[in-house]
Formats: sequence, structure tokens, C-alpha cells
Amino acid sequence: MSDSPTVLEHATELRHHFADMDQQRDAASLGMWLFLGTEVMFFGGMFCAYLIYRFWYYNEFAAGSRSIDIWLGTINTVVLICSSLTVALGVRAAQLGQRKLLVILLLLTMLFGFAFLGIKGIEWYQKYEEHHIPGSTFSADDLIQKYPGIHIDPSHEQIYFSLYFALTGLHALHMVIGLGIFTVLTLYAWKGRYTPEYYTPIEIGGLYWHFVDIVWIYLFPLLYLIDRKPIH
Amino acid sequence: MSERTLPGRRAPEHEHILPVSLYVTIWLTLMVLTVVTAAVSFIDLGPFNTIVALFIASFKAILVVLFFMHVKYMSDRLTKMVVVAVIFWLFLLLGLSLMDYGTRHFS
Amino acid sequence: MATAAVSTERENYLNSEYGVRSWLLTTDHKRIALLYLLSISFFFFIGGFFALLIRLELLTPAGDLVQADTYNKLFSMHGQIMVFFFLIPSIPAVLGNFLIPMMVGAKDLAFPRINLLSWYLYIIAGCIYLHCIMNGGVDTGWTFYTPFSTAFSNTKVVEAGLAIFVAGFSSILTGLNFVVTVHRMRAPGLTWSRLPLFVWSHYATSIIMLLGTPVLAITLLLVVFERAFNLGIFDPTRGGDPLLFQHLFWFYSHPAVYIMILPAMGVVSEIVPCFSRKRVFGYSFVAMSSIAIAVFGFLVWAHHMFVAGISLYSALFFSILSYLVAVPSAVKVFNWTATMYKGSISFSTPMLYAFGFIGLFTIGGLTGLFLAALGFDVHVTDTYFVIAHFHYIMVGGAVMGYLGGIHFWWPKISGRMYPEAWGRLAAAIVFIGFNLTFFPQFILGYLGMPRRYWQYPAEFQVLNVFSTAGSTILAVGYLLPMVYLMWSLRYGKIAGDNPWGASGLEWMTSSPPPTFNFDETPEVTWEAYDYENIPLPEEVSLER
Repeated sequence: MSDSPTVLEHATELRHHFADMDQQRDAASLGMWLFLGTEVMFFGGMFCAYLIYRFWYYNEFAAGSRSIDIWLGTINTVVLICSSLTVALGVRAAQLGQRKLLVILLLLTMLFGFAFLGIKGIEWYQKYEEHHIPGSTFSADDLIQKYPGIHIDPSHEQIYFSLYFALTGLHALHMVIGLGIFTVLTLYAWKGRYTPEYYTPIEIGGLYWHFVDIVWIYLFPLLYLIDRKPIH
Repeated sequence: MSERTLPGRRAPEHEHILPVSLYVTIWLTLMVLTVVTAAVSFIDLGPFNTIVALFIASFKAILVVLFFMHVKYMSDRLTKMVVVAVIFWLFLLLGLSLMDYGTRHFS
Repeated sequence: MATAAVSTERENYLNSEYGVRSWLLTTDHKRIALLYLLSISFFFFIGGFFALLIRLELLTPAGDLVQADTYNKLFSMHGQIMVFFFLIPSIPAVLGNFLIPMMVGAKDLAFPRINLLSWYLYIIAGCIYLHCIMNGGVDTGWTFYTPFSTAFSNTKVVEAGLAIFVAGFSSILTGLNFVVTVHRMRAPGLTWSRLPLFVWSHYATSIIMLLGTPVLAITLLLVVFERAFNLGIFDPTRGGDPLLFQHLFWFYSHPAVYIMILPAMGVVSEIVPCFSRKRVFGYSFVAMSSIAIAVFGFLVWAHHMFVAGISLYSALFFSILSYLVAVPSAVKVFNWTATMYKGSISFSTPMLYAFGFIGLFTIGGLTGLFLAALGFDVHVTDTYFVIAHFHYIMVGGAVMGYLGGIHFWWPKISGRMYPEAWGRLAAAIVFIGFNLTFFPQFILGYLGMPRRYWQYPAEFQVLNVFSTAGSTILAVGYLLPMVYLMWSLRYGKIAGDNPWGASGLEWMTSSPPPTFNFDETPEVTWEAYDYENIPLPEEVSLER
């Protein structure tokens, strides 16, 4: 394999400490999977906090959940799933050497990513208007008035929103970083850097993007769908 | 020396290309499941609302991992072990912490 | 045997390029290891300075050297610096970085640029922490317990938290590099069962770094958010649970102690067979015990919370598991001892440190079992018994392992031998100083002296004076190697490829090694620790 004539073309991509491109690709792939593992544990700490407080303060969590827009949340979930499709098809285009298609798919992925962030911004603005941002401006009075039948402690309600913003905020930060990475990938793809023999950055970029999608797949039901039963 | 004698390398047959139809099928499934999750939340299932929601979310996540992230058709044993180990460790964190909270009332 | 200042003419990683840029922009794992050596030594002395101030204050029962608030800052920063800026990086970032690529027969780690990034993250973290110190420091204890850290402390909690957050990423990237290197870059013929135990222990350490550190990262981030935005997640008056912080904090910080000890165990596993001229007894047991420690280490964290308010059933579970986690460590101690049995022992400096490690780690580990017993723990938790326990392991164990490793691989790293007589003298001084400092603390704790108090009842003074006296001796023991190791760079005997007659691929290349480690990638056909077939070199004379 290391005597293949394509080695010369890829001399610039093969880093000197690797024996061949296969070893380099295998190392990069394992490295990204391990990194995603660390990210699972990172978000996992917040999920742990979330689970415990949902257990303790179910009423406040349910009320908070009802106050965020289920339609925007569903649309955002759809947007991210579409972006996962485009990036998966993009990796496939790279495997087949289809440069133009790869660039289009990467751009579409980024478009979906920006759409997600835009909708998230609208949601956060809604929270700002409703005084649900934790801190000195926080107020749960609107929820207390809206749900007279259940007891809502404003401090406990603030815990829900603290976790809401911590979770969605860190998720959005990961999206922003992903968009930065994809900008670079798209530029390099446009310049023809990726071929069927070397498309590792696309592959591992795609892995990262799918991970960010998976985090949202869990955040959606946990934050938006706590209790949507019609109230009699 | 062949690739197989080199330690730590994947076998070369892990490089095959999946058809577009597979990706689109998975995408459609994910879309349907999203709509289902949202719709089911309006139905009163008691404590099962949470369980159903998490079950569907996990199913979606597994589809993304297996097919979009190529774990089923294009990964080596080590990658699969990493995925399993990480999920296990997450459950350690959640499970053992919840064990404390869950048993406090009995003390 | 020239002792002149002429260094070897042969091209090696030290003389291949000159200039500050060639060091600050290097991707050579060996140079990065030296960058780390300098940085962590710097922080070791700052942390040590705080320790000296603590011991000076504790010479007398009254709080007369510093104010109570200042004392709180001293023990907090001593702990944070020593744990996060010295112990956790120490062996992995210095010896691991330097040796692992060579031990697996590779030219470098899997991701050399990420390796450099991890050093820069460490430096950024260090700068943030230094800034924190110079602006008043932090007084929460190294553990940042809430709600004191989030709601009441008036010190630079956010800065300290952010610094450690960044340092955590340095650690994660090091671990990631090691795991990928060991999986993907072993030389032909180097199967897992032929790997040096140093590599096994660093692999296990890296698993802990990868899986545990992110939880610390999010926990500290939540503390920072809470403090910055006045959130209430950990505030009991607002529905928050301080124990949630402790669960999340200790989920990392208990495995972190295994991050600190496993590499030192790996060092001992290299030194003992070399200076017993025998292969390691029970190689696979020692290798598997590293993995077992890494896994079991994640199952015991709430033994730090026995009296904090966790449920009794939870406490029982964690107590039982804390007993189980001692088993793999004991396996190692038995196997090292069996390795030495009927071996040809030489009392070189590294071997003296290894002996010290085995004895002191055993004492520290056994006292851990005392602490794991719920009934006993109730009486000695938050006393000097706990402090003595972990210093026996961290200092008597990890630091001795670190010093032993530095001495063992010094010829490889620098191309020079350190002066053996001074090495042994320093090792003896460290051993004596250490025991004089910390053994009295077991007694103090048992008698009831609480930790983190800047004054104490007069009846405890004698033991405290012994402890402080010991600490000054210990300080001398640490300063000596600084002096003679630096001296050896210019005046030390020039070392050959393998002055100890040790096994391992790193000894098959020159001292210091060339930039790409090997002239040709080795192909391994022999088992590890093949000491029957490695002759003792004659030029190094060691007493038997």
C-alpha cells in the first residue's frame, strides 16, 4: 500500500510521523471519537444536574417547559436532522470525489446551522422579554399567575431556567464552533483539497456535527416536552 | 509486510460507500420520530410520557450513531468499544449520583 | 569517561535547532516534555512555598504568623497548585510525553501539534492562576465547596475556577494523544503484551483523564456561572443542593488521584526490574491492575462525602467499593516485591526512590482503607489523619515516583549522568524529611486536630513542631536535585545509550535521542523485561 503511486500526490497531506495515510486516518478518526466521548461526559454533568432538579422540582420544571415554544423547538430539531443528512451526504460526496456536490452540501449544512442559531436567538429573546433570564431581572410571577393550581417557587423556577440557558447556551457554543470548522472545510473543499484518498477532515468534521445534533435530540424532549398535557 | 501485521490498524474492507437511499431513509425515520415525540407529549400517559420521550430520543440517537456516523458499516471494533464505554460511563455518573438521591428518604 | 564540558557531537533533539522559536513552536514530543518540566517545576516551588508558610504558622498553637483569612488562602492555593499544576501533569506531561513514542517505537505522538497546544493551554491556565494569586488568591479550600465558593467567599473564585478549567483541557488533550498513540502507532511486532508497564499505566491514566476531566470542567463552569449570574443551582436557601456540587466535583477528583498515582506506579514498574535484573513478576496482572484501578476508581467517589449528608445506603455502597479498589494496587505491590525476590538488587538512586515509593505508598494506601470504614471515618474525617493519608500517597508515592523517574531517564533525556552519591543522599534526605513531616500528622489527626484551622490547642504543639522540622528537611531534599541535575548538564559524565542496562526501546537509541527517535523503525520480536538477555553495563558501578 505504501508503494502506491498516489503517495506522491499526498506527500503534503501525510504528516512525517505517520507511516502511511491509513495510519494517519485511523489515528484522526480514533482521536475524534475519543474527543466526542469527552464531550458526552461534559454535557453529562449538566444532564446529571438537570435530572436531579427535575426529580425535586417537577412542577417548576413543567411550568418552565410549557413557557418555551414547542413549535420553534420542533422546527429546530427538524433543521438539525436535515443538517445531519446534508453532512452525511457530503462525506459520501467526498468519498466519491464529487467536489462541487461536496461544497454544496457543506454550504447547505452551514445554512441549516445558521438557521438553528437564528431560531435559538428568537427563543432566547422571548425569554428575555418574559423576564425568564436568570439573574437580577428574573421573575416567575407570570408563571405563578398562569398556573394557579400548582405551587411554583420562584427560586426553583430559576434553577430550571439556569439549566435551560446553560444547556442550550453550551450547545449553541458548540454549534458556533462547528460552523467555524465547517467554514474552513468548505473553503478547502472548494479549493479541491479533498479526494477519495484523503477526506479525513470532512469525515471527522461530520462526526463532530452529528454529535452536536445528538445532544439536541436529547435536549428537545428534556427541555420542551416535560409536561404538555392539556390542562383541564 | 501486509497491513494486518501492523498493530492497531483497521482492515481495509471497512471502506465501502453507502447508498443515498440509506441516508434518506434514516433521515425520514428521524423526521417521523420527531413529529411523533412532539405529538405524544400532548397525550396523557402519566409517568410514561418521560419514558417514551427518552426512548424515542435514544432510538434517534442510535440511528445517527450507527448510520450517519458510520459505526455500523464502516468502523472497527475499537470505535464500537469507545461508543459503548462512553455510554456506560455516562450511566455511571447519572446512576450512582441518582442512587444517593433516590435512597435518601430511606435513611 | 570525559567530564569535560564537550557535549556529544552527534545530532540529537537538543542541538538540531537553536533559538527560542525552535522551542516555543516545536512539535517534538521530547522538547515539549522539557517545556513542561520547566513549567511544572516553577509551580512546584510556588506550591511548596505556600506549604512552608503553612508549616511555619503551625509551629505555634496561636494564629500569629498570618491572619485566618490568609491561612485559608494558603492551604487552598497550596492544594490547587500542587494538584492541578504539578501532580496531574507531572509524570505524564514530562516523562510520558518524552518516553511513550520511543517506548512504542514511533517517531512522535499521534498528534504533535495538539501536544504543543496542550502545553500552551497549561501556560495560559498557569498565567490566569498567577493573576489570581496576585489579586488576593482563593480561600475556598482546593475543593471549591458550595455554597461558600458560590455565595460567600470574597476571593477570586471565578479566576481560579477558569484557570483550572483551562488546565483541564490541557490534561484531556494529553490523554487523548496517549490513547491514540498506543492504539495506532506501535511498531511492528509490538503487541499489547509486549508493551512496557509504563505504557500500560499511562494508557490507564489517559482513560481517566478523558472520561473524568470533562465533568470537572462543567462543574467549575457551573460554579463560575453561579457566581457571575447569581443563579442558585448550589444554594440551599434557594433550592439548590450543595451535595450536587460535591457529587460532580468528586466524580472527577477521586479518579484524579489515580491520575496522580498510576504514572508513578508505571515508573516503579520500570525501575524495579532493571535494578533487580529480573523480569517483572506477573506482568499481565500488573498490566490489568492498571486498567482495574482506572475503572474501579470511578466507582468510589462519594467516600469523600460520608459525613456530608448522602444516604446511608449510598455510603455503604461506596465504602464497599473503596475496599475493592485497593485490591489492584495491592496486586502491584506484591508483584514488585516478588520481582525483587532472588533478584540482583542494586541501590541506585532510582531504586532508592522506588523502595521509598513502595513502602510509603503502602502505608498511605492502608490508611485509605481505615478511612473507607464508615465508623472510623466519622472520627477522622476533616482531621490531619486525612492529610497524612493523602500526602503519603501523593508525596511519598507520586513525587518519589516522579523523582525516581527523572533520575532513571536523566541520562536518556540529557545525555549526562547525574552524580550518583548526591542522588542517593538527596533520596535519603527526602525520605527522612518526608516521614518526619507527615507521620506525626497521622497521630495528630487521630488525636483530633482538625484540618484547615490556623490555630490549634496547645497539646498538639510538639507533634506540629516535628512536622515543621521535617518539612524543612524535605525542602532541602527537593532543592538538591535541582542543583546537581543542572550541574550535570555541563559537568556530568557523558552517558551511553543504555547506562543502566535497562530493557525498553528507548534505551536502544542514543542518549540524547535524535529528533525522530530512531534511525530505523524497530521491529520487536522479544517480550518485555527480557533481563536474562541484557548484560549489566560495566562502566556504571553500583554497589550491591
